[in-house]
Amino acid sequence: MSNKLSWFNVTSLTLGFAFLYIPILLLVIFSFNESRLVTVWGGFSTKWYGEMIRNQALMDAAWVTIRVSFLSATIATVLGTLAAITMTRYARFPGRLLFSGMIYAPLVMPEVITGLSLLLLFVAMDFSRGFWTVTIAHVTLTMCFVAVVVQSRLVTFDRSLEEAAQDLGCPPAKTFFAITLPLILPAVVAGWMLAFTLSLDDLVIASFNTGPGATTLPIKIYSQVRLGVTPEINAVCTVMIAVVALGVIAASLYTKRVEVERERAERAAVAQAG
Amino acid sequence: MSKSVGPVKRTFAPWLDPNAKAYIRFENVTKKFGDFTAVDNLSIDIYEREFFSLLGPSGCGKTTLMRMLAGFDEPTTGRILLDGNDLAGVPPYRRPVNMMFQSYALFPHMSVADNIAFGLKQDGMPKPDIAARVAEMLKLVKLEKFASRKPHQLSGGQRQRVALARALAKRPKVLLLDEPLGALDKKLREETQFELMDIQYELGLTFLIVTHDQEEAMTMSDRIAVMDLGRMVQVATPAEIYEQPNSRYVADFIGDINILEGTVAGLEGPVAKVSSAGLDKPIVTEHAGTAKSGDTVWFAIRPEKVRISLDPPADPALNVVSGEVWDIGYLGDVSVYRVKLPNGAIMKSTLANVTRLVERPIGWDDKAYLSWPRDAGLLLTS
Repeated sequence: MSNKLSWFNVTSLTLGFAFLYIPILLLVIFSFNESRLVTVWGGFSTKWYGEMIRNQALMDAAWVTIRVSFLSATIATVLGTLAAITMTRYARFPGRLLFSGMIYAPLVMPEVITGLSLLLLFVAMDFSRGFWTVTIAHVTLTMCFVAVVVQSRLVTFDRSLEEAAQDLGCPPAKTFFAITLPLILPAVVAGWMLAFTLSLDDLVIASFNTGPGATTLPIKIYSQVRLGVTPEINAVCTVMIAVVALGVIAASLYTKRVEVERERAERAAVAQAG
Repeated sequence: MSKSVGPVKRTFAPWLDPNAKAYIRFENVTKKFGDFTAVDNLSIDIYEREFFSLLGPSGCGKTTLMRMLAGFDEPTTGRILLDGNDLAGVPPYRRPVNMMFQSYALFPHMSVADNIAFGLKQDGMPKPDIAARVAEMLKLVKLEKFASRKPHQLSGGQRQRVALARALAKRPKVLLLDEPLGALDKKLREETQFELMDIQYELGLTFLIVTHDQEEAMTMSDRIAVMDLGRMVQVATPAEIYEQPNSRYVADFIGDINILEGTVAGLEGPVAKVSSAGLDKPIVTEHAGTAKSGDTVWFAIRPEKVRISLDPPADPALNVVSGEVWDIGYLGDVSVYRVKLPNGAIMKSTLANVTRLVERPIGWDDKAYLSWPRDAGLLLTS
């Protein structure tokens, strides 16, 4: 196979990247637009970022979103990890297949349905909608993602490590915190981050289950856009993109570094032994 | 430490003493996984300070037996006693046995020292005592310099020693070793075998080791239990297992052996004459065992007890068969001659290469005579 880029490769690469990133690029560029009109370039300016920070409603929505995301991601991580452990460890219990199927169902369930069914539940329970209903709804949405991520790590987990700990006198619960959790922590953290971002940008489920005083950022942006797009919205979106991109890059750099260090140490050990 | 291991080992035979108390006792233990019977109504006594090997092919139930002693599996029926106490219902973390895992199962997120200290911390041992014990263990396995390393920074042999140190740190009554040397190369394995024997003797522990490597079991054990399909086929000292196997299975599993099928044509006390199809003279053996006249039996003889020569041996008391040299394997220390008998069977004879033979006097396709004394082989009835 040749390593050279053929015209076909170049074209498909360009088209692919263009398709993915031109809309985002436009949004970022126009967030630095001097003009009030979103589609007309009026020179470079950062004034919309200033506007954004002074917009109290927008800042409130951002704060609500961060709180909801943080809380729901944390709860979802605990529940998702427990579900993953149950499914990998207890291979045979009645209804296991049904349970694992039902864990995955929300992954493919249309969000409209999830949102609506939760709304109906909260109404039936006479649960007043607001911060907590959005949080609970997001836990429902993101838990299965955490379960999938953690489960994929647990499948390759060497059970004899836990047996060794018990053999050395460590009771099962303590073994989980001393051995299992530290070793699956990267997967748990990855699950948490996934849940956090999912919750951060969810619009559909949040708008079904929100109430007074619990407007999340995506809802806020959506409702503002209906009144007309302002460069301010572009600024907010650019900040969100930056936050998410930084998070992803930091996480991948971290895992890469850990891997490289581990490999180097292993090579050193082999060299020394030989 | 004085190296008096040899004579001590020779006189160590509590299984012959009817008054000796078993330290570990498996009593009619059966373990079923669904329809599969891993361990089948098995009883065995293991004595204090014994080095006991469970030997068998994979799937023979040896690992299950060990896991039941460690507490990871419970017997379906039967009892396991340790020093007279029934272990039923005692969880693994309360059993005074420690295990060295086949994969070593070192905690990857802890340093060597923390790995070794792990069990001691669970017991709530005071910190200075833990430090002292860890130092002592590191010295025992010669890893003082590696205390702060992580497991992935160690070589295979070093990891194996950390696993051993960790399992020994709590001074268990019994140490269980699951294929302890499986991951090491041959040289290192041999070295480690003797180290293990020294450590076992020095600390006065009872070792129960699971292995599929017969050489390992022969070298280290006081007694070996050969297992097949969840049962004990034979439990005996290495020499007994080798010289007096009780079945073709054991004879074939341990070392190399020639087996000839035949019928008992005459029996006088322990001396039997066995006629085998295609051999002109019956084989005479002084170890008839339980064979009766007319029985179908298998005559078994180790290749190193069969002498090969180009001329017929003069001594009329020897058993002699003649055949054609089919194959010669030169292994350095010994040569293996595979001789085809008139009935088509292949019989092996090994000859130690005592002198430096540049030219072998016996070559391919030569007509050769195989001979052995009457007490060299034995009859097997199963």
